[in-house]
Amino acid sequence: MHLIDIVKRCGVFVVIVWLAASLNFFLPKLSGQDPVRTKLLQQAQLGGYVQQGIDEMVKVYEARFGLDRPMWQQYLSYLGDVARLDFNYSIASYPRTVSSMIAEAVPWTVGLLGMTTILSFVIGTILGALLAWPRAPRWMAWLMPPLWALHAIPFFLLGLILMYVFAFQLPLLPIFGGYSAGARPELSIGFILDVARHAVLPALSIILVATGGWALGMRGMMVTTMGEDYVTFAEGKGLSNLTIFMRYCLRNAILPQVTALALALGQILSGAVLVEVIFGYPGIGALLFQAIRENDHFLIQGIVFTVIVALGLTTLILDLFYPLLDPRISYRRT
Amino acid sequence: MHGFLGYVRRNNSLVLGSALLLFLALFVIIGHFVVDVEDARALSVRPLQPPSWKYPFGTDRQGRDLLAVMVAGTPLTLRIGFIAGFLGVGIGTVLAFVAAYYRGWADTIIRGIADIGLTVPGLLILIIIAVSIRGGLSVNQMAIVVASLAWLNPTRTIRAQVLSLRERGYVEIARMSGMSGPAIILFELMPNLLPYLAATLVNAVSSAILASIGLEVLGLGPIDAPTLGMTLYWVNFNAAMINGWWWWWTAPTIIIVIVFLGLFFVTVGLDEIANPRLRRSA
Repeated sequence: MHLIDIVKRCGVFVVIVWLAASLNFFLPKLSGQDPVRTKLLQQAQLGGYVQQGIDEMVKVYEARFGLDRPMWQQYLSYLGDVARLDFNYSIASYPRTVSSMIAEAVPWTVGLLGMTTILSFVIGTILGALLAWPRAPRWMAWLMPPLWALHAIPFFLLGLILMYVFAFQLPLLPIFGGYSAGARPELSIGFILDVARHAVLPALSIILVATGGWALGMRGMMVTTMGEDYVTFAEGKGLSNLTIFMRYCLRNAILPQVTALALALGQILSGAVLVEVIFGYPGIGALLFQAIRENDHFLIQGIVFTVIVALGLTTLILDLFYPLLDPRISYRRT
Repeated sequence: MHGFLGYVRRNNSLVLGSALLLFLALFVIIGHFVVDVEDARALSVRPLQPPSWKYPFGTDRQGRDLLAVMVAGTPLTLRIGFIAGFLGVGIGTVLAFVAAYYRGWADTIIRGIADIGLTVPGLLILIIIAVSIRGGLSVNQMAIVVASLAWLNPTRTIRAQVLSLRERGYVEIARMSGMSGPAIILFELMPNLLPYLAATLVNAVSSAILASIGLEVLGLGPIDAPTLGMTLYWVNFNAAMINGWWWWWTAPTIIIVIVFLGLFFVTVGLDEIANPRLRRSA
C-alpha cells in the first residue's frame, strides 16, 4: 500500500467523523425540538406545580447549555467539544456527563461484541471451509440447514428464545443484567464468574446467528477457489490434503471474508444493541435504550457519535492491515 | 416457459421461500375473515388470557387479542419493508447506473457516499433520524425513514454488476451502432440485470423489515400501530418474559422468523437464477 493510499484511507475516516458530528448537530436542529423546554415541562408535570416562570428557567438553562448563541457558533463549539470527546451533560441524569456514562458502558459492549465477533468469525470461517471440502466428515453436511435457518433470524429474536429455554424454563443461567443484583464490581474470581455467567446467553444469541453467515460466505468462496487451476496443479504435484486445504484453498478464500468483516461490523453492532436491550445488558445498547426512553438527546448523540467513530477506527485498522493478508494489494496502484 | 417452470421446480430454495411467504399471506387473508381486526386495539378483550379456543394466540396485558394483532400487524410490517425496499432499490438502481455507466466524478461521489454509509451502523443513524422527528411516526413515515438508508447496499452491489456488464461485447456493439446511453441502459443492460435486481430487492425488503423492527423494539415505532416490532416492544416494556406470559412473545417471534426465512430462501433461489454458476455448487 502506497503512502498516498494510507493518507486517503485516513482522510475517509476523518470525513466519517466529521459527517457523524454534523449529522448529530443538524438533524435535531432541523426538527425544531427543544430538549430543555421539553424536559422542564415534563418535570413540571411530574411535580404538579404551576408552569409559571418556566420561560425564565428555559432561558437560564439554554444559556448554561449554550443554546442561545447563533447557529454557526454553536456548530463550531460543538465540533470543538466533540474533538475533546466532551458531549455535554446528560439531560435526564444531570449533573452526570455523557462521556462518563458512555465510558461506564463501553467495556461491556466491547467485551461482548469483541468476543462474539471474533468467535463467530473464526468458527464460521473454519466451518464454511470444511463444508465445501469434499474430504470433510460426512456428518458435517447435516449442519447446513440449521446454519442457514439461524442465519436468517435477527440476533435478539434468538435471544428471546434462548432466554425462555435456558433462563426461564430451565433456570440454568441468569435472565437479566450484566452481573447479579447486589454484586459489587471488583476484580475477584467470584465477580468475574458472575459476569461470565450473565454473558453466556447474550453472547450465544449473537454467535449462533453470525456463525451461519460467515460459514455460508466462506463455503461459497471455497467452492470457487477449489475450482482454480492452481489447486488442480497442487493436487497433481501430489501435495498433501492438509497443505492444499490450508495453504491453497483456505488462504485464498479467506480474503473476501476479511473484507466482508469490515463491512459487516456496523450491522453486527446494530443487532447487538437490541440483544443488550432484551437482556438488560449494561452496555452501550441498553444505555441508548434508556436515553431514548428518557428523551435524553445529548446522551443519544454522544452514544451515536462514539459508536460511529469506534467502528470507523476498527474498519480503518482492518483496512490498513489488509495488505499484510493480501500481498497483491501492495503492488496494485488504484 | 415450460423449461422455466421445470427449472423453478428444481430450485428448492425458491419453492420453500415462496411457500413460507404464501403461508403468511393466507394467514393474513383468512385471518381478516375469521377475526375482528378491531380487537388489535388495546382494551378490546380481557387482558392476559393464555391461548384458548376463544383466543388461539392469547391476549396481552393491554387487552389486545394477539391473533387479531398478528393479522393486522403482519401486513403493516411487510408494508414498511416493501415500501422501503422498493424505494431503496429504485434509488439504488438509478444511482448505480449513473455511476457505473457514466463513471467520472459522479461515480466517485456516489461510490464514496455508499462506501462510507455502509461502514456506519445503520440502526444508529435511523435512531437519530427517528428521535429528531417530532411526535410519533406513522407506518408510512416509518417506511420513509428506513428507506433513507436502504439504497446504500443496492447502489453498491448493482454498480459492481453494471461495471462488469458494460464491458460485454453486445454493449460495445450497441454503443458503436450509435445507441444512446439511456437506451443502452434500458434495453441492453436492464433485461440482463432483472434476476439480479429481484434478488437485491428481496434482500433490501428483508433488511428494511429488520431495521424497522429494530427501531420499534427500541420504542421509536408507530406507538398505536400493531406492527410485529411494536408487539415486541410491549413484550419488553411489560417484562412478559419474566412474568411468564410466554404466548405474548411467541406469536410475533414465530411470524417474524417465518418472514425472514421466507425472504432469505427466496433470495437464495433468485441468486441461483441470476448466477447460474451457483447451480452446480448448491
